[in-house]
Amino acid sequence: MTTQPVKFYQTGTFTVGNRLLDESQRSVQANMERTNSLNSGHRACQGCGEALGARYAIDAAMRAAGNQLVAANATGCLEVFSTPYPETSWQVPWIHSLFGNAAAVASGIAAANRVKGRKGVQVIAQGGDGGTTDIGFGCLSGMFERNDDVLYICYDNEAYMNTGVQRSSATPPAARTATTPAVGKRPGNVAGTGKNLPLIAMAHGIPYVATASVANLHDLEAKVTRAMGISGARYIHIHVPCPLGWGSAPADTIKVARMAVESGLFPLIEAEHGEVVDRAKIRHRVPVDEYLKLQRRFAHLFRPERDTERLAMIQAVADRNIARFGLM
Amino acid sequence: MRKPFAITLDVGSSLANRTGTWRTERPVYLDRLPPCNHACPAGENIQGWLYHAESGDYRRAWEELVQNNPMPAVMGRVCYHPCESACNRGQLDQPVSIHAVERFLGDEAIRRGWAFPQPASESGKRVLIVGAGPSGLSAAYHLRRLGHAVTIHEAGPMTGGMMRFGIPKYRLPRDVLHAEVQRIVDMGVTIKLNAKVDNILDTMRAGGFDAAFLAVGAHLAKRAYIPAGSASRILDAVSVLRGMETAERPQLGRRVVVYGGGNTALDVARTAKRLGAEEAIIVYRRTREKMPAHDFEVQEALEEGILFKWLTTIKQAGETTFTVEKMELDETGFPQPTGELETIEADSLVLALGQDVDLSLLDRVPGLVIEDGVVKVDANMMTGHAGLFAGGDMVPSERTVTVAVGHGKKAARNIDAWLRGARYAPAPKHELASFELLNPWYYTDAPKSVQPMLDILRRQSTFEEVTGGLDEGNALFEARRCLSCGNCFECDNCYGVCPDNAVIKLGPGQRFEFNYEYCKGCGICVSECPCGAIRMEPETI
Amino acid sequence: MLKQIEGSAAVAESIALCRPEVVCAYPITPQTHIVEGLGEMVKDGRLSPCEFINVESEFGALSVAIGSSAAGARTYTATSSQGLLFMAEAVYNAAGLGLPIVMTVGNRAIGAPINIWNDHSDSMSMRDAGWIQLYAETNQEAADLHIQAFRLAEELSCPVMVCMDGFILTHAYERVDIPTQEQVDTYLPRFEPRQVLDPAEPVSIGAMVGPEAFMEVRYLAHYKQLRALERIPQLADEFKAGFGRDSGGLIRSYRFEDAETIIVALGSLNGTVKDVVDEMRDAGVKIGCVSIVSFRPFPLAPLRAALERAKRVVVLEKSLAVGLGGIVSDGVRKSLSGIVLKGYTVIAGLGGRAITRSSLRQLFERAGRDELEAVTFLDLRTELVDRELERERHARRTGPTAEALLRDIGTVASRID
Repeated sequence: MTTQPVKFYQTGTFTVGNRLLDESQRSVQANMERTNSLNSGHRACQGCGEALGARYAIDAAMRAAGNQLVAANATGCLEVFSTPYPETSWQVPWIHSLFGNAAAVASGIAAANRVKGRKGVQVIAQGGDGGTTDIGFGCLSGMFERNDDVLYICYDNEAYMNTGVQRSSATPPAARTATTPAVGKRPGNVAGTGKNLPLIAMAHGIPYVATASVANLHDLEAKVTRAMGISGARYIHIHVPCPLGWGSAPADTIKVARMAVESGLFPLIEAEHGEVVDRAKIRHRVPVDEYLKLQRRFAHLFRPERDTERLAMIQAVADRNIARFGLM
Repeated sequence: MRKPFAITLDVGSSLANRTGTWRTERPVYLDRLPPCNHACPAGENIQGWLYHAESGDYRRAWEELVQNNPMPAVMGRVCYHPCESACNRGQLDQPVSIHAVERFLGDEAIRRGWAFPQPASESGKRVLIVGAGPSGLSAAYHLRRLGHAVTIHEAGPMTGGMMRFGIPKYRLPRDVLHAEVQRIVDMGVTIKLNAKVDNILDTMRAGGFDAAFLAVGAHLAKRAYIPAGSASRILDAVSVLRGMETAERPQLGRRVVVYGGGNTALDVARTAKRLGAEEAIIVYRRTREKMPAHDFEVQEALEEGILFKWLTTIKQAGETTFTVEKMELDETGFPQPTGELETIEADSLVLALGQDVDLSLLDRVPGLVIEDGVVKVDANMMTGHAGLFAGGDMVPSERTVTVAVGHGKKAARNIDAWLRGARYAPAPKHELASFELLNPWYYTDAPKSVQPMLDILRRQSTFEEVTGGLDEGNALFEARRCLSCGNCFECDNCYGVCPDNAVIKLGPGQRFEFNYEYCKGCGICVSECPCGAIRMEPETI
Repeated sequence: MLKQIEGSAAVAESIALCRPEVVCAYPITPQTHIVEGLGEMVKDGRLSPCEFINVESEFGALSVAIGSSAAGARTYTATSSQGLLFMAEAVYNAAGLGLPIVMTVGNRAIGAPINIWNDHSDSMSMRDAGWIQLYAETNQEAADLHIQAFRLAEELSCPVMVCMDGFILTHAYERVDIPTQEQVDTYLPRFEPRQVLDPAEPVSIGAMVGPEAFMEVRYLAHYKQLRALERIPQLADEFKAGFGRDSGGLIRSYRFEDAETIIVALGSLNGTVKDVVDEMRDAGVKIGCVSIVSFRPFPLAPLRAALERAKRVVVLEKSLAVGLGGIVSDGVRKSLSGIVLKGYTVIAGLGGRAITRSSLRQLFERAGRDELEAVTFLDLRTELVDRELERERHARRTGPTAEALLRDIGTVASRID
């Protein structure tokens, strides 16, 4: 005779909410009173992962900070689609200055808050992968190094989407972009080593670094909440699919992000003071093909014939992540 | 604050930008038909009652359940649960053990003494029901809920029909049956026992009935021609099982042969074992795979020591020896004699070859059509004679308790309509919520709970119930394994995953609405709905 | 209080009296001493509350300043030369956002060839960024202009650049009257920002503005500077009342009433010019000069009033509009629109080339005889130029020009005479 402990809630915490769970275990997004920090009427494309990720993150941050939050934003899709004159979608105090200085502007806000004695007002800087890993990297590294009291959130959609899908240092190997077209003998992006910003952030020894995905809301919210409870420089890198740039169906945005996680290509980790302290385990592992096939930017890996070599190389990246971070 | 022109904006002003105009397709919420509901012969809203059971509201779950089936404690034990065969969860790990939860709810209702509501008003119409089996009782219950006066005429000395005379008590304890019948009686249904109806029209006239529902069942055992000596002890399954309900139990001897391959054959063999037979042998002319009996029953019988002789027919019966012939399947799967004979020793032979209907009460009823020994009914369960409805084993269909209960419900709704001079029109069925429409990633992995089984030695010697019920803990667990196929269970996914905040959450139990002012029609809500309760539809201009 | 003090230190003290709340620092010669001074004051608690932030670049410095100013803190930074160019994007941005940041530019040449000495190429390159630009003639004025700059910036919600000549002022020890805290507090009210990042009253700052409103935003920036034209003299008057000396204003004229020749210049050069004017006046030459303090907004009307009765105007410029000539001259000519007089542009002192009294005297005398070309390069060593040009005529690959010239004069970069 088998008895089961009743620790089972139909969907557990995989869904946004769950009527069977206590309110405190449901996500911020399940709450009817969520702030909708990035409100309706923004001009993001259909199925935009960044719009979703930004609301997820900022709503969670707002709850953690008791709505005492200021945000600085780098130039990019998120900025352009949220604040075209005369309308803004933001519900939080928000500033956009330049492409490459969001981290520094946030440092300035944090300094002002400190000198003005505004205790409890927290500062977030946010930008895309271009504004973070490339043009904004200097300011970001400076913010890290000074351990300024800022949470920086990078919404990584793996290319310069706002300008028309050009390669960034976060563009994965073999991906087609406007500046790494799918032509020639080795179509798509070169298979370099890229720039792994979460690891670089960790190398600064800052108190908190995490990666998150729009495919795992509870994990994302927990990390933002965690980060908001820590002072000093913090960094969260969120994987946000871009249907337009990736050539994926708008309806598949979360699915694509999920496949990135489940394949091991985008590990979900948490690090404190430079050391990995936790990782989200893969639930149902999939081969990288399951992720790549959903996106036209990788179509040349499958047509006219299978690019076995480069697929194996990408699979090896996933395998290494799984082994390195203990994702299984 | 005197804000600088244009570069500094008031928060939330983007609401002026109605992005809904971008849409070429729109998401719409819908309820799809869960496969379990679709497969249920009694028309239960399984997903519906599981929904309430999931939150631990067993009373509400039971109330939802008995909307369609008044006998969940019985059904949870005896139904062969086609719902579970259809269950989408079976494609993930194992089907939800629906019958076990149903039984839990039924038992819970008995334990707590939950009663059916009395009808809100009386219609003044009188309906005669012939037969107090599952179909008759079901019809009585539904008609009573609709406010009609109901009288059941039962030929036998006890209620329950085949639930009592066809199903051994180790599968259906009689106190359970009694409790669920009594609850129907308590609604104000009159049951007359030992009241065989000889002529339906006479009885209706005499009782002033406005309509009648015939559900006499199939109680006449089918015979097969077997050359037999005068001393041969040959019985039929119906008599044996009916005998079990009387004070004098059937005498079957130390060794019993049962001839047949249906569930009844298994019931008889397992009963014989419990009555003290050392050997109970089932002789069946085809293979195990071809047996109509359910596999789990065969499995249980094997566990209890029942012997099987597959591909065998009985040629001749002597006093204690029976000659049998080996068969082989031809290319069409039909058994053919091989001429190879052997003898087996036994004290008695029980024929379990099926039952016929006693149609004598229908003699000379105008308009009635009888074909293949059963009464023809139309889609509304009405026979060729107006006002005369029929269901259960006496009409052409699969003969199970669940089908019979379903007939009772369907007949009751049609009788009600007919009494009001109308025609019952069932609600159109929703499209099926097939597995492909789900996003099963979201469900927690959870193999099904196992019901406790009675110790094997006691199973061989007593009539105690073989399969135990779930306790509250694992009943809740099991209910929560439901995927809620095709029906919103308020997981908030659509509300959460919309990049445009275009889903309005209406609050607990109220589900959601789309805000088409802002919905861009990306379809993420459809993709990420775990249960397939949203669909994209082309936008019309 | 009178002090014999380095210019940078004087400016640092003056800024500290303005109670800045955030100071961003990134080292570049010759402004470095100013932020060093402020840093020390923050560190030892003399300047408090104040956040002193060592950033990773000039771009970072002004970006941090943008953030802190937008969050309502009085914000200061300083830079020079390459540093100003490196932050160029943020310079425009701070003005576009209307953030009242005050920044000192320790004026220095721009490379290549790299050169750490004084001219006005750096600040001139940002003349149209939307900042108010004030040029200090002396260390006293540099110290005073910063106090006025905070008042002006915060009143108008517009950043102000205070330009002081590198080394000539920043590193020079002079007597400076450092005001008292009470004087400054009376003159400079608390910072009441026009917009602030406040959770209690959230706004979005830095919207994307398209063709439908961009012109208007730009016009309003221009209008703001036109208002500054009115406020700058008023603030200078107020300053005089409070501090007892003339500092700031739009222009300052010297012995110009009956002058036939008027010299126009910016910054510390005016000291030398005045000496030469005095000499020539003593010799009976009708000459005067005008110092432009506010280059942005450009004081067209006051200049016209000062120059319109002269016969000729010589604009002495420490920067070069390559391919054209003078930058300041353009504005001066515009101020004299419709008036017929002779105008000369003189490019002088680039990259720290000394501007001597004798060279100026010769120059002004030639101007008085109307012997000047439209554009003159003061003390240009033509023999070096000619030799290089000759080389270029004969060989395609002559190597780097700067290095070739240094070879010709037999020196290395650190030992230019």
